[in-house]
Amino acid sequence: MASEGDRRSDAEVARRSRLLGSLRLEGEGARGVAIALLSTAVFVVAVVVAVTQSAGWPEVRRVFFSWHDISGSFPEIARAFVLNVKIFLVCEVFILVFALMIAVLRSLPGPVFFPLRALAIMYADLARGVPTILVIALLGFGAPALQLTGVPTSRVFWAGVGLVLIYSGYVAEVYRAGIESVHPSQEAAARSLGLSRFQALRRVILPQAIRRVIPPLLNDFIGLQKDTALVGTLGVIEAFNQSQIDSNATFTYGAYLAAAALFVAITIPLARLTDLLIARDRRRRQAGGGLA
Amino acid sequence: MRKLAFLALVALLAVAAAGCGSTKKSASGSTGSTSCAKGNLNLVSSGTLTIGTDNPAFPPWFGGTPHKPWQVSDPRSGQGYESAVAYAVAKQLGFAKGEVTWTHVPFSNSFAPGPKSFDFDINQISFSKARAKVVDFSDSYYDVNQSVVVNKGTPIASVTSVAALKPYELGAQLGTTSYQFINDTIKPSKKPSVFPSNAGAVQALKNKQIDGLVVDLPTAFYVTAVQVPHSKVLGQFPAPPGGEHFGMVFQKGSSLVTCVNKALSKLRSDGTLKGLQQQWLAKATGAPTLK
Repeated sequence: MASEGDRRSDAEVARRSRLLGSLRLEGEGARGVAIALLSTAVFVVAVVVAVTQSAGWPEVRRVFFSWHDISGSFPEIARAFVLNVKIFLVCEVFILVFALMIAVLRSLPGPVFFPLRALAIMYADLARGVPTILVIALLGFGAPALQLTGVPTSRVFWAGVGLVLIYSGYVAEVYRAGIESVHPSQEAAARSLGLSRFQALRRVILPQAIRRVIPPLLNDFIGLQKDTALVGTLGVIEAFNQSQIDSNATFTYGAYLAAAALFVAITIPLARLTDLLIARDRRRRQAGGGLA
Repeated sequence: MRKLAFLALVALLAVAAAGCGSTKKSASGSTGSTSCAKGNLNLVSSGTLTIGTDNPAFPPWFGGTPHKPWQVSDPRSGQGYESAVAYAVAKQLGFAKGEVTWTHVPFSNSFAPGPKSFDFDINQISFSKARAKVVDFSDSYYDVNQSVVVNKGTPIASVTSVAALKPYELGAQLGTTSYQFINDTIKPSKKPSVFPSNAGAVQALKNKQIDGLVVDLPTAFYVTAVQVPHSKVLGQFPAPPGGEHFGMVFQKGSSLVTCVNKALSKLRSDGTLKGLQQQWLAKATGAPTLK
Protein backbone atom coordinates (compact mmCIF):
# COMPACT_ATOMS: atom_id res chain seq x y z
CA MET A 1 0.00 0.00 0.00
CA ALA A 2 2.71 2.44 0.96
CA SER A 3 4.13 3.97 -2.20
CA GLU A 4 7.47 5.72 -2.59
CA GLY A 5 5.80 9.13 -2.28
CA ASP A 6 4.06 8.16 0.91
CA ARG A 7 7.31 7.08 2.50
CA ARG A 8 8.95 10.36 1.63
CA SER A 9 6.07 12.33 3.08
CA ASP A 10 6.23 10.09 6.14
CA ALA A 11 9.78 11.23 6.72
CA GLU A 12 8.70 14.81 6.28
CA VAL A 13 5.84 14.26 8.71
CA ALA A 14 8.19 12.69 11.23
CA ARG A 15 10.41 15.74 10.99
CA ARG A 16 7.47 18.06 11.49
CA SER A 17 6.02 16.07 14.31
CA ARG A 18 9.26 16.54 16.17
CA LEU A 19 8.39 20.22 16.09
CA LEU A 20 5.03 19.31 17.50
CA GLY A 21 6.58 16.97 20.01
CA SER A 22 4.99 18.80 22.89
CA LEU A 23 1.61 17.74 21.55
CA ARG A 24 2.71 14.09 21.88
CA LEU A 25 2.00 13.35 18.25
CA GLU A 26 5.24 11.66 17.33
CA GLY A 27 4.79 8.86 14.88
CA GLU A 28 1.11 9.40 14.22
CA GLY A 29 1.70 10.61 10.71
CA ALA A 30 -0.20 13.04 8.52
CA ARG A 31 -3.46 12.55 10.37
CA GLY A 32 -1.86 13.62 13.63
CA VAL A 33 -0.40 16.74 12.08
CA ALA A 34 -3.75 17.62 10.49
CA ILE A 35 -5.55 17.23 13.79
CA ALA A 36 -2.90 19.30 15.55
CA LEU A 37 -3.20 22.11 13.00
CA LEU A 38 -6.99 22.09 13.09
CA SER A 39 -7.06 21.99 16.88
CA THR A 40 -4.58 24.86 17.08
CA ALA A 41 -6.59 26.93 14.58
CA VAL A 42 -9.82 26.34 16.50
CA PHE A 43 -8.12 27.20 19.76
CA VAL A 44 -6.53 30.42 18.45
CA VAL A 45 -9.76 31.56 16.80
CA ALA A 46 -11.75 30.83 19.97
CA VAL A 47 -9.32 32.79 22.15
CA VAL A 48 -9.18 35.74 19.75
CA VAL A 49 -12.97 35.83 19.47
CA ALA A 50 -13.44 35.51 23.22
CA VAL A 51 -10.99 38.33 23.94
CA THR A 52 -12.07 40.77 21.26
CA GLN A 53 -15.76 40.24 21.93
CA SER A 54 -15.43 40.89 25.66
CA ALA A 55 -17.05 44.00 27.09
CA GLY A 56 -13.78 45.49 28.30
CA TRP A 57 -11.78 44.86 25.12
CA PRO A 58 -11.95 48.40 23.65
CA GLU A 59 -10.58 49.84 26.88
CA VAL A 60 -7.97 47.10 27.24
CA ARG A 61 -6.86 47.63 23.65
CA ARG A 62 -6.52 51.35 24.26
CA VAL A 63 -4.49 51.13 27.48
CA PHE A 64 -2.45 47.98 26.75
CA PHE A 65 -2.03 47.71 23.02
CA SER A 66 -1.56 51.27 21.89
CA TRP A 67 1.27 51.10 19.35
CA HIS A 68 2.02 54.72 20.12
CA ASP A 69 2.68 53.91 23.79
CA ILE A 70 4.63 50.74 23.07
CA SER A 71 6.95 52.21 20.45
CA GLY A 72 7.21 55.55 22.23
CA SER A 73 8.53 54.02 25.44
CA PHE A 74 10.69 51.36 23.76
CA PRO A 75 13.96 53.26 23.21
CA GLU A 76 14.27 54.42 26.80
CA ILE A 77 13.33 51.00 28.19
CA ALA A 78 15.87 49.40 25.85
CA ARG A 79 18.55 51.73 27.23
CA ALA A 80 17.53 50.79 30.78
CA PHE A 81 17.60 47.10 29.80
CA VAL A 82 21.37 47.32 29.33
CA LEU A 83 21.60 47.40 33.14
CA ASN A 84 19.56 44.18 33.40
CA VAL A 85 21.92 42.50 30.95
CA LYS A 86 24.99 43.65 32.89
CA ILE A 87 23.49 42.45 36.17
CA PHE A 88 22.59 38.97 34.98
CA LEU A 89 25.87 38.44 33.15
CA VAL A 90 28.00 39.41 36.13
CA CYS A 91 25.78 37.60 38.66
CA GLU A 92 25.72 34.37 36.63
CA VAL A 93 29.52 34.10 36.80
CA PHE A 94 29.51 34.41 40.59
CA ILE A 95 26.52 32.09 40.93
CA LEU A 96 28.15 29.30 38.90
CA VAL A 97 31.32 29.43 41.02
CA PHE A 98 29.72 29.97 44.42
CA ALA A 99 27.03 27.33 43.90
CA LEU A 100 29.60 24.77 42.84
CA MET A 101 31.48 25.35 46.08
CA ILE A 102 28.31 24.79 48.08
CA ALA A 103 27.40 21.67 46.11
CA VAL A 104 30.86 20.21 46.64
CA LEU A 105 30.67 20.96 50.36
CA ARG A 106 27.33 19.21 50.52
CA SER A 107 28.60 16.08 48.83
CA LEU A 108 31.65 15.66 51.07
CA PRO A 109 31.49 12.18 52.60
CA GLY A 110 32.20 11.09 56.15
CA PRO A 111 31.20 12.25 59.62
CA VAL A 112 34.08 14.77 59.88
CA PHE A 113 32.47 17.01 57.31
CA PHE A 114 29.05 16.97 58.96
CA PRO A 115 29.19 20.67 60.05
CA LEU A 116 30.06 21.77 56.51
CA ARG A 117 27.33 19.59 55.03
CA ALA A 118 24.83 20.94 57.54
CA LEU A 119 25.84 24.50 56.69
CA ALA A 120 25.45 23.85 52.98
CA ILE A 121 22.01 22.29 53.52
CA MET A 122 20.91 25.18 55.73
CA TYR A 123 22.12 27.64 53.15
CA ALA A 124 20.28 25.95 50.28
CA ASP A 125 17.08 25.79 52.36
CA LEU A 126 17.26 29.44 53.34
CA ALA A 127 18.23 30.74 49.92
CA ARG A 128 15.38 28.88 48.28
CA GLY A 129 12.91 29.61 51.03
CA VAL A 130 13.07 33.39 51.27
CA PRO A 131 11.37 35.43 48.52
CA THR A 132 13.98 37.09 46.31
CA ILE A 133 12.31 40.48 46.58
CA LEU A 134 12.70 40.44 50.37
CA VAL A 135 16.38 39.56 50.21
CA ILE A 136 16.98 42.35 47.72
CA ALA A 137 15.11 44.89 49.85
CA LEU A 138 16.87 43.75 53.04
CA LEU A 139 20.35 43.93 51.49
CA GLY A 140 19.78 46.94 49.25
CA PHE A 141 18.44 49.19 51.98
CA GLY A 142 19.64 47.32 55.07
CA ALA A 143 23.35 46.74 54.46
CA PRO A 144 24.13 50.39 53.62
CA ALA A 145 22.05 51.50 56.63
CA LEU A 146 24.74 49.97 58.85
CA GLN A 147 26.99 52.82 57.67
CA LEU A 148 30.12 50.71 58.01
CA THR A 149 33.14 52.26 56.39
CA GLY A 150 34.29 50.32 53.37
CA VAL A 151 30.90 48.70 52.84
CA PRO A 152 29.50 49.77 49.46
CA THR A 153 26.21 51.69 49.43
CA SER A 154 25.48 50.96 45.77
CA ARG A 155 22.01 49.49 45.39
CA VAL A 156 22.98 47.65 42.22
CA PHE A 157 25.85 46.01 44.09
CA TRP A 158 23.66 44.80 46.94
CA ALA A 159 20.87 43.69 44.63
CA GLY A 160 23.49 41.70 42.75
CA VAL A 161 24.66 40.13 46.01
CA GLY A 162 21.05 39.22 46.78
CA LEU A 163 20.54 37.58 43.40
CA VAL A 164 23.81 35.64 43.72
CA LEU A 165 22.85 34.39 47.20
CA ILE A 166 19.36 33.30 46.15
CA TYR A 167 20.25 31.72 42.84
CA SER A 168 23.28 29.95 44.29
CA GLY A 169 20.82 28.03 46.46
CA TYR A 170 18.99 26.74 43.42
CA VAL A 171 22.06 26.17 41.29
CA ALA A 172 23.85 24.33 44.11
CA GLU A 173 20.96 21.85 44.16
CA VAL A 174 21.25 21.42 40.40
CA TYR A 175 24.97 20.70 40.72
CA ARG A 176 24.29 18.28 43.56
CA ALA A 177 21.81 16.37 41.42
CA GLY A 178 24.49 16.15 38.76
CA ILE A 179 27.16 14.98 41.19
CA GLU A 180 24.86 12.34 42.65
CA SER A 181 23.94 11.10 39.18
CA VAL A 182 27.54 10.04 38.57
CA HIS A 183 27.81 6.39 39.53
CA PRO A 184 29.94 5.72 42.64
CA SER A 185 31.99 3.27 40.61
CA GLN A 186 33.40 6.25 38.74
CA GLU A 187 34.98 7.58 41.91
CA ALA A 188 36.10 4.12 42.97
CA ALA A 189 37.78 3.63 39.60
CA ALA A 190 39.45 7.03 39.79
CA ARG A 191 40.72 6.37 43.32
CA SER A 192 42.00 2.95 42.29
CA LEU A 193 44.07 4.66 39.62
CA GLY A 194 45.78 6.59 42.38
CA LEU A 195 43.92 9.89 42.12
CA SER A 196 43.34 11.68 45.39
CA ARG A 197 39.77 12.34 46.49
CA PHE A 198 40.07 15.95 45.27
CA GLN A 199 41.61 14.90 41.98
CA ALA A 200 38.83 12.35 41.45
CA LEU A 201 36.25 15.06 42.06
CA ARG A 202 38.00 17.60 39.88
CA ARG A 203 38.99 15.29 36.98
CA VAL A 204 36.35 12.56 36.93
CA ILE A 205 33.16 13.39 38.75
CA LEU A 206 32.58 17.11 38.13
CA PRO A 207 33.20 17.01 34.36
CA GLN A 208 30.52 14.34 34.00
CA ALA A 209 28.18 15.93 36.53
CA ILE A 210 28.29 19.42 35.06
CA ARG A 211 27.81 18.24 31.50
CA ARG A 212 24.63 16.49 32.55
CA VAL A 213 23.14 19.51 34.28
CA ILE A 214 23.82 22.14 31.64
CA PRO A 215 20.13 22.29 30.60
CA PRO A 216 18.83 22.89 34.15
CA LEU A 217 21.63 25.40 34.70
CA LEU A 218 20.44 27.32 31.65
CA ASN A 219 16.93 27.11 33.04
CA ASP A 220 18.04 28.86 36.23
CA PHE A 221 19.95 31.37 34.13
CA ILE A 222 16.69 32.27 32.37
CA GLY A 223 15.04 32.68 35.77
CA LEU A 224 17.86 34.98 36.84
CA GLN A 225 17.41 37.15 33.76
CA LYS A 226 13.79 37.75 34.62
CA ASP A 227 14.52 38.36 38.29
CA THR A 228 16.85 41.24 37.46
CA ALA A 229 13.60 43.21 37.21
CA LEU A 230 13.41 43.00 41.02
CA VAL A 231 16.41 45.32 41.25
CA GLY A 232 13.99 48.06 40.20
CA THR A 233 12.29 47.83 43.59
CA LEU A 234 15.37 49.54 45.05
CA GLY A 235 14.72 52.58 42.89
CA VAL A 236 17.37 51.70 40.33
CA ILE A 237 16.11 52.45 36.85
CA GLU A 238 16.28 49.18 34.94
CA ALA A 239 13.87 48.03 32.24
CA PHE A 240 10.94 47.17 34.53
CA ASN A 241 11.21 50.32 36.64
CA GLN A 242 11.49 52.42 33.49
CA SER A 243 8.34 50.80 32.13
CA GLN A 244 6.57 51.54 35.42
CA ILE A 245 7.62 55.15 35.16
CA ASP A 246 6.25 55.40 31.62
CA SER A 247 3.09 53.55 32.57
CA ASN A 248 2.42 55.82 35.53
CA ALA A 249 3.07 58.96 33.53
CA THR A 250 0.41 58.13 30.96
CA PHE A 251 -1.81 55.74 32.93
CA THR A 252 -1.38 53.16 30.15
CA TYR A 253 0.38 49.79 30.02
CA GLY A 254 2.02 49.79 26.60
CA ALA A 255 5.39 50.31 28.28
CA TYR A 256 5.01 46.99 30.10
CA LEU A 257 4.64 45.22 26.78
CA ALA A 258 7.75 46.93 25.48
CA ALA A 259 9.69 45.72 28.55
CA ALA A 260 8.23 42.23 28.23
CA ALA A 261 9.31 42.08 24.59
CA LEU A 262 12.91 42.87 25.59
CA PHE A 263 13.00 40.13 28.22
CA VAL A 264 11.40 37.63 25.88
CA ALA A 265 13.85 38.50 23.10
CA ILE A 266 16.64 37.22 25.34
CA THR A 267 14.96 34.41 27.24
CA ILE A 268 13.26 32.60 24.34
CA PRO A 269 16.43 31.92 22.33
CA LEU A 270 18.00 30.61 25.53
CA ALA A 271 14.97 28.41 26.21
CA ARG A 272 15.25 26.93 22.70
CA LEU A 273 18.96 26.36 23.19
CA THR A 274 18.15 24.56 26.44
CA ASP A 275 15.64 22.32 24.63
CA LEU A 276 18.23 21.61 21.97
CA LEU A 277 20.83 20.61 24.54
CA ILE A 278 18.33 18.39 26.36
CA ALA A 279 17.41 16.69 23.08
CA ARG A 280 21.07 16.20 22.17
CA ASP A 281 21.81 14.75 25.57
CA ARG A 282 18.85 12.38 25.29
CA ARG A 283 19.98 11.20 21.87
CA ARG A 284 23.50 10.62 23.07
CA ARG A 285 22.36 8.62 26.05
CA GLN A 286 19.85 6.60 24.05
CA ALA A 287 22.63 5.78 21.62
CA GLY A 288 24.46 4.33 24.60
CA GLY A 289 27.49 6.46 23.85
CA GLY A 290 30.35 7.04 26.27
CA LEU A 291 29.84 9.60 28.99
CA ALA A 292 33.16 11.31 29.17
CA MET B 1 -10.59 7.77 22.72
CA ARG B 2 -8.30 10.36 21.16
CA LYS B 3 -11.01 11.45 18.75
CA LEU B 4 -13.38 11.83 21.66
CA ALA B 5 -10.94 14.06 23.53
CA PHE B 6 -10.45 16.18 20.43
CA LEU B 7 -14.19 16.61 19.92
CA ALA B 8 -14.55 17.52 23.57
CA LEU B 9 -11.87 20.19 23.15
CA VAL B 10 -13.61 21.70 20.14
CA ALA B 11 -16.97 21.65 21.92
CA LEU B 12 -15.47 23.27 25.01
CA LEU B 13 -13.92 26.07 22.99
CA ALA B 14 -17.13 26.66 21.09
CA VAL B 15 -19.02 26.97 24.37
CA ALA B 16 -16.35 29.31 25.75
CA ALA B 17 -16.53 31.55 22.68
CA ALA B 18 -20.31 31.64 22.76
CA GLY B 19 -20.31 32.37 26.48
CA CYS B 20 -17.96 35.30 26.08
CA GLY B 21 -20.02 36.69 23.24
CA SER B 22 -23.14 36.73 25.35
CA THR B 23 -21.55 38.56 28.26
CA LYS B 24 -21.14 41.65 26.13
CA LYS B 25 -23.25 44.37 27.59
CA SER B 26 -23.56 48.11 27.37
CA ALA B 27 -20.81 49.79 29.38
CA SER B 28 -22.82 52.12 31.54
CA GLY B 29 -26.41 52.86 32.32
CA SER B 30 -28.18 56.12 31.99
CA THR B 31 -25.94 59.14 32.35
CA GLY B 32 -28.62 61.59 31.44
CA SER B 33 -29.34 62.96 34.91
CA THR B 34 -27.73 66.36 35.36
CA SER B 35 -28.91 66.79 38.92
CA CYS B 36 -26.32 66.35 41.64
CA ALA B 37 -28.94 65.34 44.19
CA LYS B 38 -27.64 62.52 46.33
CA GLY B 39 -30.25 60.08 45.05
CA ASN B 40 -29.33 60.69 41.41
CA LEU B 41 -25.62 59.99 41.74
CA ASN B 42 -24.28 56.92 40.02
CA LEU B 43 -22.30 55.35 42.88
CA VAL B 44 -20.22 52.21 43.32
CA SER B 45 -22.31 51.35 46.36
CA SER B 46 -25.61 53.20 46.48
CA GLY B 47 -26.21 55.46 49.47
CA THR B 48 -22.52 55.75 50.36
CA LEU B 49 -19.68 57.71 48.86
CA THR B 50 -16.71 55.38 48.38
CA ILE B 51 -13.39 57.20 48.35
CA GLY B 52 -10.08 55.57 47.48
CA THR B 53 -6.56 56.36 48.66
CA ASP B 54 -3.30 54.51 49.16
CA ASN B 55 -2.26 52.83 52.39
CA PRO B 56 -0.23 53.92 54.35
CA ALA B 57 -1.92 57.33 54.24
CA PHE B 58 0.72 59.92 55.06
CA PRO B 59 0.50 63.33 56.77
CA PRO B 60 0.00 66.12 56.06
CA TRP B 61 -2.51 64.71 53.55
CA PHE B 62 -4.09 62.48 56.17
CA GLY B 63 -4.03 62.67 59.95
CA GLY B 64 -5.35 61.08 63.12
CA THR B 65 -4.19 57.95 64.88
CA PRO B 66 -4.17 54.88 62.65
CA HIS B 67 -6.81 52.20 63.11
CA LYS B 68 -6.92 48.97 61.15
CA PRO B 69 -6.59 48.62 58.25
CA TRP B 70 -5.01 52.05 57.88
CA GLN B 71 -1.36 52.68 58.66
CA VAL B 72 0.51 55.81 59.78
CA SER B 73 -2.71 57.86 59.82
CA ASP B 74 -6.41 57.35 59.19
CA PRO B 75 -8.38 58.83 56.26
CA ARG B 76 -11.60 58.38 58.27
CA SER B 77 -10.37 60.90 60.85
CA GLY B 78 -11.27 63.95 58.77
CA GLN B 79 -7.82 65.23 59.72
CA GLY B 80 -5.13 66.06 57.21
CA TYR B 81 -5.72 68.06 54.04
CA GLU B 82 -7.00 65.40 51.66
CA SER B 83 -9.24 63.77 54.26
CA ALA B 84 -10.69 67.18 55.20
CA VAL B 85 -11.26 68.13 51.54
CA ALA B 86 -12.88 64.76 50.83
CA TYR B 87 -15.32 65.16 53.71
CA ALA B 88 -16.03 68.77 52.74
CA VAL B 89 -16.86 67.63 49.18
CA ALA B 90 -18.98 64.78 50.56
CA LYS B 91 -20.90 67.26 52.70
CA GLN B 92 -21.55 69.44 49.65
CA LEU B 93 -22.92 66.39 47.85
CA GLY B 94 -25.20 65.67 50.81
CA PHE B 95 -23.34 62.81 52.49
CA ALA B 96 -23.06 62.74 56.26
CA LYS B 97 -19.71 61.63 57.69
CA GLY B 98 -21.10 58.16 58.36
CA GLU B 99 -22.10 57.77 54.70
CA VAL B 100 -18.51 58.02 53.50
CA THR B 101 -16.38 54.88 53.26
CA TRP B 102 -12.69 54.69 52.42
CA THR B 103 -11.10 51.95 50.40
CA HIS B 104 -7.44 51.08 49.88
CA VAL B 105 -6.46 51.83 46.29
CA PRO B 106 -2.75 51.42 45.51
CA PHE B 107 -1.64 54.21 43.21
CA SER B 108 -1.24 51.99 40.16
CA ASN B 109 -4.73 50.55 40.66
CA SER B 110 -6.32 53.98 40.45
CA PHE B 111 -5.96 53.94 36.67
CA ALA B 112 -6.25 50.20 35.96
CA PRO B 113 -8.82 49.49 33.25
CA GLY B 114 -12.14 47.97 34.21
CA PRO B 115 -14.76 48.93 36.77
CA LYS B 116 -13.38 50.98 39.66
CA SER B 117 -13.80 50.11 43.32
CA PHE B 118 -14.15 53.79 44.24
CA ASP B 119 -16.33 56.76 43.35
CA PHE B 120 -13.24 58.94 43.37
CA ASP B 121 -9.63 58.50 44.40
CA ILE B 122 -7.75 61.22 46.27
CA ASN B 123 -4.05 60.45 46.53
CA GLN B 124 -1.87 63.44 45.51
CA ILE B 125 -2.33 62.55 41.87
CA SER B 126 -1.11 65.25 39.52
CA PHE B 127 -3.21 66.12 36.51
CA SER B 128 -1.65 65.60 33.10
CA LYS B 129 -3.15 65.56 29.62
CA ALA B 130 -1.91 62.04 28.93
CA ARG B 131 -3.44 60.71 32.14
CA ALA B 132 -6.71 62.52 31.46
CA LYS B 133 -7.15 60.40 28.33
CA VAL B 134 -7.55 57.32 30.52
CA VAL B 135 -9.31 58.62 33.63
CA ASP B 136 -11.29 61.73 34.48
CA PHE B 137 -9.81 64.33 36.81
CA SER B 138 -11.63 66.79 39.02
CA ASP B 139 -10.54 70.41 38.99
CA SER B 140 -7.60 71.33 41.21
CA TYR B 141 -8.01 70.92 44.95
CA TYR B 142 -4.38 71.86 45.53
CA ASP B 143 -1.88 73.72 43.36
CA VAL B 144 1.40 72.00 44.09
CA ASN B 145 5.07 72.90 43.91
CA GLN B 146 7.92 70.41 43.75
CA SER B 147 10.81 70.67 46.19
CA VAL B 148 13.98 68.84 47.16
CA VAL B 149 14.88 67.31 50.53
CA VAL B 150 18.56 66.75 51.42
CA ASN B 151 20.63 65.56 54.39
CA LYS B 152 22.04 68.42 56.46
CA GLY B 153 25.81 68.78 56.22
CA THR B 154 26.17 67.02 52.86
CA PRO B 155 27.61 68.89 49.83
CA ILE B 156 24.20 69.30 48.21
CA ALA B 157 22.89 71.11 51.30
CA SER B 158 24.62 74.35 50.29
CA VAL B 159 23.10 74.47 46.80
CA THR B 160 20.90 77.50 46.06
CA SER B 161 20.02 77.15 42.38
CA VAL B 162 18.41 74.57 40.12
CA ALA B 163 21.48 74.51 37.88
CA ALA B 164 23.77 73.64 40.80
CA LEU B 165 21.75 70.45 41.43
CA LYS B 166 23.01 68.92 38.18
CA PRO B 167 25.97 66.89 39.53
CA TYR B 168 23.96 65.15 42.27
CA GLU B 169 22.15 61.85 42.40
CA LEU B 170 18.46 62.60 42.85
CA GLY B 171 15.50 60.39 43.60
CA ALA B 172 11.74 60.57 43.25
CA GLN B 173 8.74 58.43 44.01
CA LEU B 174 7.17 56.31 41.31
CA GLY B 175 4.03 57.80 39.81
CA THR B 176 4.80 61.35 40.90
CA THR B 177 5.60 64.09 38.44
CA SER B 178 8.81 64.67 40.40
CA TYR B 179 10.73 62.26 38.17
CA GLN B 180 9.65 64.09 35.03
CA PHE B 181 10.63 67.31 36.76
CA ILE B 182 14.13 65.94 37.46
CA ASN B 183 14.57 64.86 33.85
CA ASP B 184 13.00 67.86 32.15
CA THR B 185 14.12 70.73 34.36
CA ILE B 186 17.14 69.72 36.45
CA LYS B 187 18.66 67.37 33.83
CA PRO B 188 21.16 65.82 36.27
CA SER B 189 24.40 64.24 35.07
CA LYS B 190 23.88 61.15 37.29
CA LYS B 191 21.03 58.81 36.57
CA PRO B 192 18.13 59.55 38.93
CA SER B 193 16.38 56.87 40.97
CA VAL B 194 12.67 56.15 41.14
CA PHE B 195 11.30 54.35 44.19
CA PRO B 196 8.08 52.33 44.10
CA SER B 197 7.25 53.36 47.67
CA ASN B 198 7.71 56.27 50.02
CA ALA B 199 9.50 53.92 52.44
CA GLY B 200 12.16 53.04 49.88
CA ALA B 201 12.75 56.64 48.88
CA VAL B 202 13.09 57.73 52.50
CA GLN B 203 15.45 54.85 53.37
CA ALA B 204 17.68 55.65 50.39
CA LEU B 205 17.91 59.28 51.51
CA LYS B 206 18.70 58.19 55.07
CA ASN B 207 21.39 55.82 53.80
CA LYS B 208 22.80 58.61 51.60
CA GLN B 209 22.31 56.31 48.60
CA ILE B 210 20.79 59.37 46.96
CA ASP B 211 21.81 62.99 47.57
CA GLY B 212 18.39 64.57 47.28
CA LEU B 213 14.76 63.47 47.18
CA VAL B 214 12.39 65.44 44.95
CA VAL B 215 8.84 65.45 46.34
CA ASP B 216 5.91 67.82 46.51
CA LEU B 217 6.44 70.54 49.09
CA PRO B 218 3.92 69.45 51.77
CA THR B 219 5.32 65.90 51.66
CA ALA B 220 8.84 67.35 51.88
CA PHE B 221 8.01 68.95 55.22
CA TYR B 222 6.65 65.68 56.53
CA VAL B 223 9.80 63.84 55.37
CA THR B 224 12.06 66.31 57.18
CA ALA B 225 9.93 66.52 60.33
CA VAL B 226 9.24 62.82 60.85
CA GLN B 227 10.85 60.43 58.41
CA VAL B 228 14.49 61.49 57.96
CA PRO B 229 16.25 63.02 60.96
CA HIS B 230 18.90 65.66 60.13
CA SER B 231 17.32 66.46 56.78
CA LYS B 232 16.00 69.77 55.48
CA VAL B 233 13.94 71.16 52.65
CA LEU B 234 16.59 72.68 50.42
CA GLY B 235 14.00 74.70 48.56
CA GLN B 236 11.02 74.61 46.26
CA PHE B 237 11.09 74.85 42.51
CA PRO B 238 9.26 77.54 40.59
CA ALA B 239 5.99 76.21 39.21
CA PRO B 240 6.22 74.89 35.63
CA PRO B 241 4.34 76.82 32.91
CA GLY B 242 0.63 76.25 33.44
CA GLY B 243 1.25 75.12 37.01
CA GLU B 244 0.79 71.68 38.50
CA HIS B 245 -2.21 70.57 40.47
CA PHE B 246 -3.64 67.58 42.26
CA GLY B 247 -7.03 66.32 41.13
CA MET B 248 -9.33 63.55 42.26
CA VAL B 249 -9.43 60.60 39.87
CA PHE B 250 -12.68 59.15 38.47
CA GLN B 251 -13.64 56.35 36.14
CA LYS B 252 -13.50 57.75 32.61
CA GLY B 253 -16.92 59.16 31.76
CA SER B 254 -18.15 59.23 35.37
CA SER B 255 -21.17 61.48 35.82
CA LEU B 256 -19.88 62.32 39.29
CA VAL B 257 -17.08 64.60 38.03
CA THR B 258 -19.28 67.61 37.32
CA CYS B 259 -20.93 67.31 40.74
CA VAL B 260 -17.57 67.13 42.55
CA ASN B 261 -16.32 70.09 40.48
CA LYS B 262 -19.38 72.08 41.53
CA ALA B 263 -18.66 71.22 45.15
CA LEU B 264 -14.98 72.18 44.77
CA SER B 265 -15.87 75.46 43.15
CA LYS B 266 -18.22 76.26 46.06
CA LEU B 267 -15.51 75.33 48.58
CA ARG B 268 -13.00 77.50 46.72
CA SER B 269 -15.25 80.56 46.53
CA ASP B 270 -16.36 80.42 50.15
CA GLY B 271 -12.76 80.14 51.36
CA THR B 272 -13.05 76.62 52.77
CA LEU B 273 -10.18 75.21 50.67
CA LYS B 274 -7.89 78.07 51.65
CA GLY B 275 -8.80 77.59 55.30
CA LEU B 276 -8.03 73.88 55.14
CA GLN B 277 -4.70 74.60 53.44
CA GLN B 278 -3.80 76.99 56.24
CA GLN B 279 -4.87 74.42 58.81
CA TRP B 280 -3.03 71.41 57.40
CA LEU B 281 -0.38 72.69 54.96
CA ALA B 282 0.70 75.95 56.61
CA LYS B 283 4.31 74.79 56.87
CA ALA B 284 4.42 74.23 53.12
CA THR B 285 4.78 77.90 52.34
CA GLY B 286 8.03 78.71 54.09
CA ALA B 287 10.65 77.26 51.77
CA PRO B 288 13.08 79.31 49.67
CA THR B 289 12.57 79.15 45.92
CA LEU B 290 15.45 77.69 43.90
CA LYS B 291 16.03 79.79 40.79
